[in-house]
Amino acid sequence: MRTLLQRIVITVFVVAVATFFITPLLWFIFAPFNPQVSLAVTIPQSPSLANFAEVLGNSLAMRGLLQNSVIIGVGAMVGTSLVAALAAYGLSRGSIPGRSLLIYVLILFSSVVTGTASMVPIFKLIFDLGLINTHTGVILVMIGGLLPSAIFIMQDFVDSVPRSYEEAAMVAGASPLQIFRDVTFPSMRPGVMVVGIWALVNAWGAFLIPFILLRSPELLPASVTFYTFYDPESGMPQIRMVAAYAVLYTLPVILLYLLINWRYGFRFFGGIKQ
Amino acid sequence: MQKAVLSRKLSLLFLTPALVFVALFLVYPFFSIFQMSFTNRALVGANALNPQNVGLQNYMDLFDTQDWMRRGEMGHSLWLTAQFVIGSALIGQAGLGLGIAVAFHNRKGLLRELVFTLAIAAWIMPDVVVAFAWFAYLDPDGTLNQMLQAVGLRPQDWLFDYPLLSIILFNTWRGTAFSMLLFSSALASIPPSYVETADVIGARPWQKFRDILLPLLRGYIATDLILITLWTFNTFTPFLLTGGGPSYRSNIIAIYTYEVGLRFFQFGKASAIAVIVMLINLVLASIYLFISRSRQRQIA
Repeated sequence: MRTLLQRIVITVFVVAVATFFITPLLWFIFAPFNPQVSLAVTIPQSPSLANFAEVLGNSLAMRGLLQNSVIIGVGAMVGTSLVAALAAYGLSRGSIPGRSLLIYVLILFSSVVTGTASMVPIFKLIFDLGLINTHTGVILVMIGGLLPSAIFIMQDFVDSVPRSYEEAAMVAGASPLQIFRDVTFPSMRPGVMVVGIWALVNAWGAFLIPFILLRSPELLPASVTFYTFYDPESGMPQIRMVAAYAVLYTLPVILLYLLINWRYGFRFFGGIKQ
Repeated sequence: MQKAVLSRKLSLLFLTPALVFVALFLVYPFFSIFQMSFTNRALVGANALNPQNVGLQNYMDLFDTQDWMRRGEMGHSLWLTAQFVIGSALIGQAGLGLGIAVAFHNRKGLLRELVFTLAIAAWIMPDVVVAFAWFAYLDPDGTLNQMLQAVGLRPQDWLFDYPLLSIILFNTWRGTAFSMLLFSSALASIPPSYVETADVIGARPWQKFRDILLPLLRGYIATDLILITLWTFNTFTPFLLTGGGPSYRSNIIAIYTYEVGLRFFQFGKASAIAVIVMLINLVLASIYLFISRSRQRQIA
């Protein structure tokens, strides 16, 4: 049984925590619909969609959202899930010794070579390869960083696909690549989907890699374009743009999160977020 | 041991694309910074074409005892980073995450759903969006000051006068969900009979927490602390809120590395910083892997 005092302490704590988490987001509830928006929270006098119209009319904003972010996100998604599926299959069905140690070492490397420290040598590498200011460079670097965790998630899914199908196909004379393409890959689809969505969400939100590797405004994804609208060094933030753009840019992440949460539960998405 | 479907050669073939990526974007960068840190390489100019070997000069500059605690130098940056990690990861995220998990232990309801949803939303939204949300929140005209004035307290210019406190609060808000989820699923795995027994013999709440829950959570707490320390140590997101300023007062090590290497393109010096950062990462990650592997062996 809980005493009255305990109840009061817990209630105060919970209310304080809820306040702490909700208040920084209050601004985003009203600002997108307020044409006279400032940095203060105000209930719009005459709510309208004018801020959204301004975003739709800004070609850099729309190109970032509908073209560049999509190219980078899809590129990272397809690349990461395909390469991770191949690797997980090779590890699961092959006879490579020390497989779990190998994956541990890969994850160790990916958590050490991270952040701005890793961007110093990676910038130079991409520069030397002639891939600076290209989407290809951004996508390749993202795949490299996401792969170790992707292989780690994927191998559970590959291990759960029964081998008897493959053995039957082998008896029927199929080549290893045919077996992978026509038998194993279709049955590990849930794993490919989890890894793909996880990679997409990470690439969609990523700021540091495109911020450093891209220079031309027309190549920037939504994350970096968004920053240029309020970059402290550029002077006054374009608040109306920021308010509406944030909603359009965040919506896909929330929807994908709800999808993955509904289909697979939270574990896959959360456990290994960078 | 099941018979392998693939020969060793074939399985290596399947692994090759992944190994190429890992070699190029993880292993090569790791080793190339060691080599670069002994040169004066830059992006443009004479030192780009013919970098000189300068030996330990970059390291000696970084650890120059005269200068290194000055604002904008590495010692100062490491000191800020230590406060940032202790404040926002160890106290903020882990403490708050544990508090929420314990407060809602064995409870359902709307309030629990609300708090969990808000914390997870703060965690999954893109960096630039949450950074701007806090930029508006902490503005002199922002929501926080509006609330303070409503209860009769003095408004502050948070980002200008308290930049380090600002990014500590921001990062606590941003990352608490991970610890909260980890601890609440750990608590859920504790059999209810343990707590019920304690109730029967009349244990106080604090005793229950200290003598039953805490010992059972110890392994999870170690895992959590190492991981969030590693992430917080490397996070660049505060840059989007303060840019490291004003006058270097929130210049944590990730922002310092960015300034030296990717803004001013002093690759040699930046590589020396990156070597130090990665060595710290290596220690943290090794401890983490050691703990999680030895725990797996215990279970097996």
